[in-house]
Amino acid sequence: MSQTNAPPAGVGDLPESAVSTRSISKNYGAVEALRDLSLEFPRGQLTSLLGPSGCGKTTLLKIIAGLLEPTSGEVEVNGNKVTGPGPDRAFVFQDFALLPWASVIRNVAFGLEMRGIAKSEREGIAEHYIKEVGLGGFEQSYPHELSGGMRQRVGLARALSVDAQVLLMDEPFSAVDEQTRRKFQEDLLGLVANENKTFIFVTHSIEEAVYVSDQIAILLPRPSRVSEIIRPSGFRDKGADNIRRDPEYLDIVDQIWASLRTYVE
Amino acid sequence: MPPRPICDAAAPQFTTGNIPMPNRATLLKILSAVLLFGSWEIAGRIPVSFAFPTFLESMEALYRMATDGTLWAAYAETLQPLIVGVAISAVLGITIGLWVGLSDFFNWLFSPIFIVMQAAPLAALIPLLVLAYGIGLTSKVLVVCIMAMPVIVLNTASAVRNTPESMKEMGRAFLASDLAIILKIVIPAASPVIFAGLRLGISAGFIGAILAELKITPTGVGDIITYSRSIADYPSMYAAIFSIILLAVLFLNLLEKTETVLFKGNQRGYVSD
Ligand SMILES: Nc1ncnc2c1ncn2[C@@H]1O[C@H](COP(=O)(O)OP(=O)(O)OP(=O)(O)O)[C@@H](O)[C@H]1O
Ligand SMILES: [Mg+2]
Repeated sequence: MSQTNAPPAGVGDLPESAVSTRSISKNYGAVEALRDLSLEFPRGQLTSLLGPSGCGKTTLLKIIAGLLEPTSGEVEVNGNKVTGPGPDRAFVFQDFALLPWASVIRNVAFGLEMRGIAKSEREGIAEHYIKEVGLGGFEQSYPHELSGGMRQRVGLARALSVDAQVLLMDEPFSAVDEQTRRKFQEDLLGLVANENKTFIFVTHSIEEAVYVSDQIAILLPRPSRVSEIIRPSGFRDKGADNIRRDPEYLDIVDQIWASLRTYVE
Repeated sequence: MPPRPICDAAAPQFTTGNIPMPNRATLLKILSAVLLFGSWEIAGRIPVSFAFPTFLESMEALYRMATDGTLWAAYAETLQPLIVGVAISAVLGITIGLWVGLSDFFNWLFSPIFIVMQAAPLAALIPLLVLAYGIGLTSKVLVVCIMAMPVIVLNTASAVRNTPESMKEMGRAFLASDLAIILKIVIPAASPVIFAGLRLGISAGFIGAILAELKITPTGVGDIITYSRSIADYPSMYAAIFSIILLAVLFLNLLEKTETVLFKGNQRGYVSD
C-alpha cells in the first residue's frame, strides 16, 4: 500500500509544497481551536481536511486564506509568508456568502470586478464558469430564487473565475444532491489533473475525501492537530468508474472510519 | 341613517380568488381606502362632532381650494422647508449614520446627540429655535430636520453595524478594498433598513413641516388649517390635512419604488409569499 503515516516534510519523492502551515495555533478567547498544527500542501494536488464537526477545519482554511490571524505560527504560499488575502488564493465558503441583491452573474464576477477587470470581459468569464457548474440560463436570477445546491455552485463559480493558484474549498459540495455531487467529484478530478492548481478541500464525507484526494489529513477534535496523513495513490489512474470498486479505495475508507469512530462514540 | 354599503361592492370580487399578485395588492389597497373613507363618511354623518365634516364635504372643499389656487399657493410655501429639510436630513443623516456605524469613535461622538434629539419634545424646543434663528425659513427647516434626522441616522448606523460578517469576509477574500467593501457590500446590505429609516424620517419630516407652520408662523398648509379652524370652515381644515397625508403617502410609495428598482434581490422573503 502506498500510504505514509509520517509527516511528509522532507520526504524525497514528494513534490514541493504550494502551501505550508507551520505550528499554527489559534485561540478564540478561551476556546483553543488549533494547536501546533503543521501541514504541507503539495503543488498541483488535492489535499482534503477531514475531521469531526467543530474541530477547526474552517478556521485552518481561513488562516491560509489570510482572513484570520493565527495566534501563533505562520503560513507560506509559494514561499511567501501570508499576511492577508491575496490573488493567489480563492475561497469557496461553507455558507456560500453570496450577495442577495446581486444577480448570479454579478456574484460570480465579483472577484473579477474587485480586480478591476472591465465589465464585458468579466461577464464573459463569469458566463463561462456559470455554464461550467451547470447553471447556464440562471445568469440573471437572484440568490433567493435558487436552491441551496444552486447557490453553492454560484460560490464555486465565483472562486473558479478568478483563476487563483490555490483553491480553498470549505465543504463545497455539502448542499448539492448526490448525483450532482458525484458529477462534481469527477469534474474536480479533471480540474486537478488538467490545471496545475493546488486544492485544499474540506469535507465531512470519508468516501468523498478518499475519492478525490491525493492526500488526506485527518484532524483530531479541539484543540486540533493532524493525527494522520494518508496518501491514496494506487487507484488514481484507474478511471472514474473503477475507483469506487477498487480494493485499496475500500480499505482506506475503512481505515479512516476506524480512526475517526473513536471520536464519534 | 342607513350606512351605505360601500365596501360590499368590492368584497365579492375579492373572494373569487386567482387574481394575479400585483392586482391583488392594488385591490387590497383600494379596499382599505374604501373602508377608511367609508367609515369617515359615516362618522361625519352621524355626526361624531359638529367639527367633524363628512368625507364628501371635505373632498368638495379640497376641489374648491385646488381650483381657486389656494392649495397650490399654500404648498409652494410648505414644500420649501419640507423639501430642504428632508433633503438635508436624508443626505446628512445617511452620511453621519454610515460614519457612526463604521467607526466606534463617531458612534461615541454622535450617537448620544441623536438619541437625545429623537427623545426631545419638539414643541418645547421650538421657542428656543425661534429665539436663535427667528421665524423664517431656517427655523422651519431645522424643525423638519430635528424630526427627520435622528431616525435616519440611528437606522443607518445600526444597519451598517449589522452587516453580516460573512459577506465582509467574502469581500476581503476576493480582494475588495475597504472602500469597495463599504460601497459594494455594507451599503447595499444595509439598504433595506436605511430605506426603512428614510421612510420613518420622511413621515416625521412631514409632521415637522406642519408643526413648524402651526407653532412658528402660520404659512402655507398650516395657515389653511389655522385659518379655516378659526372661521369654523371644518371641511377646508380637513381637506388640508387630508392633502398633506395624501402627499406623504404618495411620496413614500415613490421611495419604495426607487428601492425596489435599486436593490431588486433585497426583497427576498417578504415580496414572494
Ligand atoms: N468566531 C469565533 N468565535 C469563537 N469561537 C469560534 C469562532 N469560530 C469558530 N469558533 C470555534 O472554533 C472551533 C472550530 O470551528 P470551525 O468553524 O473551524 O470548525 P469546523 O471544523 O469547520 O466545523 P464544521 O465541520 O462543523 O464546519 C469550534 O469549536 C467553534 O466553536
Ligand atoms: Mg466548517
